[in-house]
Amino acid sequence: MIIRRSMKAALLGVSLALFATGAASAKNLVYCSEGSPEGFDAALFTAGTTFDASAKPIYNRLVEFKRGTTEVLPGLAESWSVSDDGLEYTFTLRQGVKFHTTPYFTPTRDFNADDVIFSFQRQGDKNHPWNAYTAGASWEYFDSMSMPDLIKEIVKVDDHTVKFVLSRPEAPMIANLAMDFASILSAEYADKLAADGKMEMMNQEPIGTGPFSFVGYQKDAVIRYQAFADYWGGKQPIDNLIFAITPDASVRLQKLKAGECHVMPYPAPADLADIKADANLTLMEQEGLNVGYLGYNTRIAPFDNAKVRKALNMAINKQAILDAVFQGAGQAAKNPIPPTMWSYNEAIVDDPYDPEAAKKMLEEAGVSGLKMKVWAMPVQRPYNPNARRMAELIQADFAEVGVEVEIVSFEWGEYLKRSTELDRDGAILLGWTGDNGDPDNFLAVLLGCDSVGSANRAQWCDRTFDDLIQKAKVTADKEERTKLYEQAQVVFKEQAPWATIAHSVVFMPMSAKVSGYVMDPLGGHWFDGVDIAE
Amino acid sequence: MIRFLFARLALLVPTFIGVTIIAFGFIRLLPGDPVLLLAGERGLSPERYAQLMEQFGFSKPVWQQYLDYLAGVLTGDLGNSIVTKKPVFDEFMALFPATVELAICAIIIAVALGIPAGILAAVRRGSVTDQAIMGTALVGYSMPIFWWGLLLIILFSGILQWTPVSGRISLMYFFPQVTGFMLIDSLLSGQKGAFQSAVSHLILPSLVLATIPLAVIARQTRSAMLEVLGEDYVRTARAKGLAPLRVIGLHALRNAMIPVITTIGLQVGVLLAGAILTETIFSWPGIGKWMIDSISRRDYPVVQGGLLMIALIVMIVNLTVDMLYGLVNPRIRHT
Repeated sequence: MIIRRSMKAALLGVSLALFATGAASAKNLVYCSEGSPEGFDAALFTAGTTFDASAKPIYNRLVEFKRGTTEVLPGLAESWSVSDDGLEYTFTLRQGVKFHTTPYFTPTRDFNADDVIFSFQRQGDKNHPWNAYTAGASWEYFDSMSMPDLIKEIVKVDDHTVKFVLSRPEAPMIANLAMDFASILSAEYADKLAADGKMEMMNQEPIGTGPFSFVGYQKDAVIRYQAFADYWGGKQPIDNLIFAITPDASVRLQKLKAGECHVMPYPAPADLADIKADANLTLMEQEGLNVGYLGYNTRIAPFDNAKVRKALNMAINKQAILDAVFQGAGQAAKNPIPPTMWSYNEAIVDDPYDPEAAKKMLEEAGVSGLKMKVWAMPVQRPYNPNARRMAELIQADFAEVGVEVEIVSFEWGEYLKRSTELDRDGAILLGWTGDNGDPDNFLAVLLGCDSVGSANRAQWCDRTFDDLIQKAKVTADKEERTKLYEQAQVVFKEQAPWATIAHSVVFMPMSAKVSGYVMDPLGGHWFDGVDIAE
Repeated sequence: MIRFLFARLALLVPTFIGVTIIAFGFIRLLPGDPVLLLAGERGLSPERYAQLMEQFGFSKPVWQQYLDYLAGVLTGDLGNSIVTKKPVFDEFMALFPATVELAICAIIIAVALGIPAGILAAVRRGSVTDQAIMGTALVGYSMPIFWWGLLLIILFSGILQWTPVSGRISLMYFFPQVTGFMLIDSLLSGQKGAFQSAVSHLILPSLVLATIPLAVIARQTRSAMLEVLGEDYVRTARAKGLAPLRVIGLHALRNAMIPVITTIGLQVGVLLAGAILTETIFSWPGIGKWMIDSISRRDYPVVQGGLLMIALIVMIVNLTVDMLYGLVNPRIRHT
């Protein structure tokens, strides 16, 4: 035991020395990340910061999102087929894929079907030895994407073929498998950790098939990765990837300017003009796959009347909100899904800003002297950088049509909880950032009848709308699905359970020396294919 | 002395229990809970919520949770973080040296600059120097730390490029942590330039963290010196014809130091509080930021364990200081 420990220490020392000596001559890319990862076993977590540090550099999935899009491409599965009834998904696995070799693990075999089965079964099977391998392990994404009900079984057809048998057809299934929680881990590494009695290391010393292998993490300070020489997609142009954890946006920018890092996420809106003016920096931007909205409680009078909701929507001056809250980095939302998402219904005409007409409609609906609450989130989100300010603007807009607004707010956890209550008093400011680029991930999660009392904060259950999205969910043909979602958006607009406010624009400043960086509409940060000029 | 020591040690027991209750109760007084925050905008069905609350042990009655927690503490188990799933004690030990290193450097700066400034102001009482020093001290004392830190970064790291912006050492150096103190580890690593890099990274954060204690120490030194300088024995020393430096440095300063040392001791709390902001600005991986993040995420075990560890350390430091008082100052000798 002692000999093994000292061997390991020696190996670690050698690898650190290689990393250190290589650092001077090698190509290093430093990313000033905004926070610390919770861990490195992505399926245990839900935060984007954690996925950026774990799922994206270290692991692959059966299918992957094409960089910069939400289109799904083959990943560790070379190809797949779906049975006619939509219940069986058969994946042909890529051969010759290597797992990382590190000082703490040397794989003896290539990736195969056992790894796929291990990666999913541990999340779904409560009796699996890896289901509760670390204190407080829970599989939030797997659960919230309804995987436990959906996946009936996963069958190993042969070493390179795996079949997922579903309990019902589910069109977004393939997109779901490209998500971070579906990352493929090494079953061989798991066996070794279990044999050594060190299962918790799965979350601290990860092994994957991804473009970068894990070197070390100094808590709250630095994460180091090395380009994986045997990566099935080819070795990366850079040699080392380093995350310098820098929580403050202004400090991140100073580091970027000083050359201490090369790429940074989430700049402060006030710094954008400064960044654009700096010749040494590049500012990339992309429409975020998100929506910020004001959700009425459609179960409570007078908000159970679509005409009242529609009238209030017409009273909101979205342009003023875009200018004041988003400082121009956003666009007015007319649909519940963002324009970059397939099936976005271009034909829909947004409710015009017309306080006079709104006033008249309220009178027609028999509403006068209305007093209501508007809930303002206590936190900043990409879809709503300043909810308090937004609520104040809405308060002023509603006052013009004779509606008196009281702004309320709660601590974030309390806000999230109370906002789901069926008898909630007031309209709520909230939003959503997409998980997998599928319209179902917005329309069913946020507006479906099943989500009333949880993510459906408007508590809105419209049978026509729900039938359309349920039908789309089990339809395999994308064109057919597109039509169904377009119709669903028409129903949404007529019924107006929300005032759709805005889709924000996401910015990404980086050194002008960096090339090949592609922004991810899903909000992740990927470094495969990225290069840096010496 | 022995009796005093035992009396103080006996007092530690109720204090310790009190701290566990406060640490346990404090975070639970805040609205919200970790499970809700875990789910985010997606929300949780009531069944899933209940299931997770049970899994984390939060569905038990509060007194039972407290007893479980106390039993854990007594066996040296502070529990695991809900967020990272790692043992709280391990996380604390990984981050604590960074905070201590920063605090020590800050206090050295505060003492090395604060005491001479205070003496100078006292000796030149009413002069322009005095007013300049006291004016600067007042500004330092009232400075918003966050703004001050950013200002220094923009000036020294951005415009002048004298110091690095943030972090503990240049990213080109990479060695295993032995002690957790970067100054020591960088020396042990034997890598050329590592120590210099660690020092250069320490300058701005320690200056920022030292600002408030420095101002306090300077003001305290000045007032203590003024008091002592008016004493008869100082007048006698001067009348004897002793050199002014000798009078101030030897006779006056020694006595003026007693309240100053007390003040310095009290600055430990200020340093820990100041560390939260300083650590955030300078991306310094210490316990201040760790605690704040854990409070906002309602990571109960981390807040409980972290508070308990900090309280324990403060208690031990206080006890040591009390003992030292007794040993050093005959007038405060305990029987």
